[in-house]
Amino acid sequence: MKLTGAQILIKMIKAEGIDTIFGYPGGAVIDIYDALAKDNGLRHILVRHEQGAVHAADGYARANNSVGVALVTSGPGATNTVTGIASAHSDSIPVVVFTGQVPTALIGNDAFQEVDIVGITRPCTKHNYLVKNMDKLASTIKEAFHLARSGRPGPVLVDLPKDIQNTQVDFKEPKTISLKSYKPNYKPNKKQLHKVVDLIRQAKRPVIFAGGGVILSRASADITRLAKIADIPVTASLMGLGAFPGSDPLWLGMLGMHGTYRANMSIGHCDLMIAAGVRFDDRVTGNIEKFAPEAKIVQIDIDPTSIHKNIEVQCPVVGDCKAALKGIIQLMEGKNPENFKNGRREWLEQIEEWKSTTPLKYEQDNVVIKPQFVIEKLYELTKGDAIITTEVGQNQMWAAQYYHFNKPNHFITSGGLGVMGFGLPAAIGAKAACPDKLVVDVAGDGSIQMNIQELMTAIESKIDVKIVILNNKYLGMVRQWQELFYEKVYSSTNMENAPDFVKLAEAYGAKGLRCTRPDEVESTLSEGLNYEGTVIMEFAVDREESVYPMVPAGGAITEMLLV
Amino acid sequence: MKTNSYLLSILVDDEPGVLSRIAGLFSGRGFNIDSLSVASTAEPDVSRITMVTKCEPHIIEQIKKQLHKLINVITVNDLTDKKYVQRQLALIKVNAKSEKKADILRIVDIFRCKIVDVGLSHYTIEVSGDSEKHDAIVSLLKPMGIIETASTGSIALARENGKH
Ligand SMILES: Cc1ncc(C[n+]2csc(CCOP(=O)(O)OP(=O)(O)O)c2C)c(N)n1
Ligand SMILES: [Mg+2]
Repeated sequence: MKLTGAQILIKMIKAEGIDTIFGYPGGAVIDIYDALAKDNGLRHILVRHEQGAVHAADGYARANNSVGVALVTSGPGATNTVTGIASAHSDSIPVVVFTGQVPTALIGNDAFQEVDIVGITRPCTKHNYLVKNMDKLASTIKEAFHLARSGRPGPVLVDLPKDIQNTQVDFKEPKTISLKSYKPNYKPNKKQLHKVVDLIRQAKRPVIFAGGGVILSRASADITRLAKIADIPVTASLMGLGAFPGSDPLWLGMLGMHGTYRANMSIGHCDLMIAAGVRFDDRVTGNIEKFAPEAKIVQIDIDPTSIHKNIEVQCPVVGDCKAALKGIIQLMEGKNPENFKNGRREWLEQIEEWKSTTPLKYEQDNVVIKPQFVIEKLYELTKGDAIITTEVGQNQMWAAQYYHFNKPNHFITSGGLGVMGFGLPAAIGAKAACPDKLVVDVAGDGSIQMNIQELMTAIESKIDVKIVILNNKYLGMVRQWQELFYEKVYSSTNMENAPDFVKLAEAYGAKGLRCTRPDEVESTLSEGLNYEGTVIMEFAVDREESVYPMVPAGGAITEMLLV
Repeated sequence: MKTNSYLLSILVDDEPGVLSRIAGLFSGRGFNIDSLSVASTAEPDVSRITMVTKCEPHIIEQIKKQLHKLINVITVNDLTDKKYVQRQLALIKVNAKSEKKADILRIVDIFRCKIVDVGLSHYTIEVSGDSEKHDAIVSLLKPMGIIETASTGSIALARENGKH
């Protein structure tokens, strides 16, 4: 069968089971767009900025547990994807980005809209390719998807020169992948698993620490099972929220810089930490020397570089989280569960005390809206069942603290890179993947302006997303640091000069709602969530509310500022 | 903390950009490259990189794992504590005033080097050996006046009888 490179690309994407891609055309991909128009079966969502395409692909991948695809032109189209790629890289999200490139004969000549995007994205992709040979096109695309989703997932970029797209070849479907040395180690070492079980048996004050890897390996049920067998309390990183039910009595809340008091204190006092799919980011550990000082640490990760990178661990388990957890559970089942609950009553009582003396708290009066109150109401009204994406800053932390995620793949945030402008396009991607779900972007007034153009994408594609802006008229998280550590010099963080968000929504053809009173929070949310279509709900919140607890950067995780 | 010198022998796909991936990994993560030598091997599509890196002991593990994580890296062999043969090639251009010529020739002889270029007032000497030999000959020639030098990075292979 004779096919052009463009047709092969579309065929190969569909063969991966992907129904929707996100992109933006240009001269260097015009052949692919032509082929897309003549094809049916692959939905293309036209974004309004290429960064949005990659974040949307990221949101799609996370909501669906699949691979997200973005398609952009050469030069500026390609460079516009870099932030999205870097974010997916930090969070290990499987995304494949196809960029157009100038014809092979012109590469290196500073041709119009030529950039070395493979060079630019080398450090922020799992791998990338420039396809220079027609014979390698199909196999490269297959490899790209394989790399993106296998092992520790991540973004892969494939640069496609124009002549590769419009040349015809005899298409032969590639059957196998030939990667000489790429063999992720899924199967954990049995001896290590026995060691973990022994450690659990000996532990009096164990804690499970779940990260994004648990969600990526679909191991939520397994981590929950392990916790239940041995009554082990569970905390999670920002990326791990939803890996364990937020309404479970064993749930400690998130740990780290804005973790709950009980989660951070549990880390400070635990004698065993079972860390799964985490990389011990500095926002989690605070001062490394004082992180879990009394604990033996088990670390389960598919990526050997994650182990012993930031922190010494006593029991590394290299392998897939799900396989490892299943193996551990298997070794425990059939044994007397009481053997694994050594000293647990005292430990859980201690945690309960931390919880009751120092819970997450805020006080809602009847004058100004507290941002936390908005998130709590959102949780109640959506029964915890919505997919929540976030922007970055205080809005992100309040969403993490006050929306109690019960299921994996329901919290989609730019965790590792912290990209303002992530939430709206990610919400569009998530909704495209899960059209029956309610998808809400919890936004800040600053962040939402960074990719606001994607509102048009949502409207045009009839992808209904709900945007909740917690408008404090500040770059709130930076303001909070200035308040606490820079003598309240609010340098360049005032955002009073802002558009009218209601009119802005209307200008795009969305609905706009504004709420300024605490007693109207619920009705505004209810109206917005029930509206059929994309909505901005703007809440004028307490301008100087801060996120607590807070561990000052570099401090011990147990030394929290509480207010 | 004390740093050690490590000798890594890395097999990689012979593809454009591979060296840049490795160099980028080192610069991006703040690792050092002391010397680097790259060439194709007898096997088509495979190149060997021999690298000397100085770092703290716990960093070398991270370096090896990070190298291995690169898709184009086939194997990473740490030769440091193994038995290996190592060579480095250098060209040393040295002043050869008539009263020093005999001295230089004696040094060349002792070290089993070769003179590969002779001028009116200089010799260019080819040295092959391990890095100690290089350091030794350079320190002996220095008083004569070294004009310029060029040197390759180390290349090395594990000894076949050095496994035990
Ligand atoms: C692209 C980008 N630029 C800058 C920052 C630094 N930054 C982190 S949080 C923040 C403030 C965000 O303000 P807003 O969206 O209003 O959220 P708030 O903290 O007020 O809830 C800034 C500027 C960032 N994370 N991303
Ligand atoms: Mg704000």
